[in-house]
Amino acid sequence: MAETMARLHPLAAVKTVADAHLLAQGPMGRFSLRLAANAAPAPLGALGLSLPLAPCRAAQSETAAALWLGPGEWLLLTAPERASAVEAALRAELAGQAFSLVEISHRQTGLSLSGPRAAQRLNAGCPLDLDLASFPVGMCTRTVFAKAEIVLWRTGVEAFHIEVWRSFVPYLWELLVIVGAETS
Amino acid sequence: MLLITCPFCGPRPELEFGYAGEAHVVRAQDPREVSDLQWTEYLYQRSNVRGVHAERWRHAHGCAQFFNALRDTTTDHFVATYRIGEPRPDAAVEAGR
Ligand SMILES: [Zn+2]
Repeated sequence: MAETMARLHPLAAVKTVADAHLLAQGPMGRFSLRLAANAAPAPLGALGLSLPLAPCRAAQSETAAALWLGPGEWLLLTAPERASAVEAALRAELAGQAFSLVEISHRQTGLSLSGPRAAQRLNAGCPLDLDLASFPVGMCTRTVFAKAEIVLWRTGVEAFHIEVWRSFVPYLWELLVIVGAETS
Repeated sequence: MLLITCPFCGPRPELEFGYAGEAHVVRAQDPREVSDLQWTEYLYQRSNVRGVHAERWRHAHGCAQFFNALRDTTTDHFVATYRIGEPRPDAAVEAGR
């Protein structure tokens, strides 16, 4: 008899309750896009945006976000129900040039961290300078939080989006909860 | 914390980087054409500099790119960082002294 496994959120078994500033996000459509680093792609209709070419910068449209992770490497985020349509449209738009588009929706999970102490909380595990002058709104990068690799994106003066690989989610979550209690 | 200037991302904490050995070690175009001694030197002989050393680093937990750096092995001071393919910036060595 065929059975379908239910996909659980990586925090499904974690009992630690966070404060109002730390939120685990639900499903999201994600892609890793690689292009030749010197290719200057035209605006992508599939995403409604132009890929950011400046290092460590994100671009956002109403339906998608593109985060520069390295030369010729972007993380694309969309609503989960749009993922397959976005993928098909992107493949059509990029046809004819060398590219790699890999769906990674379930590889990682999004957390959002906000509040006046958000940067201080992140700095408990992340060695980046998160002052607004050196890490402004719209900046994004791969970095580390304690022993976990994360993608950090500043979406507001006091708001961050964090992407972390699925098996690291409980670890990151528990640490951010502890740090939140200590800095409040 | 020691900051290393990634040629793509700018100054970043050392924790994000990985060391990747001496830079500018050139592999023979056709290894069949070189002697065993030359090949052994390519594989195993390193300069082991005391002072300014050209070496490869990788911004592993950042942009993931390899780049080259000039670092003083006696002080751990990074004199310069530069992209793969660019010449060794020895002017920076003089300026950094
Ligand atoms: Zn970098």
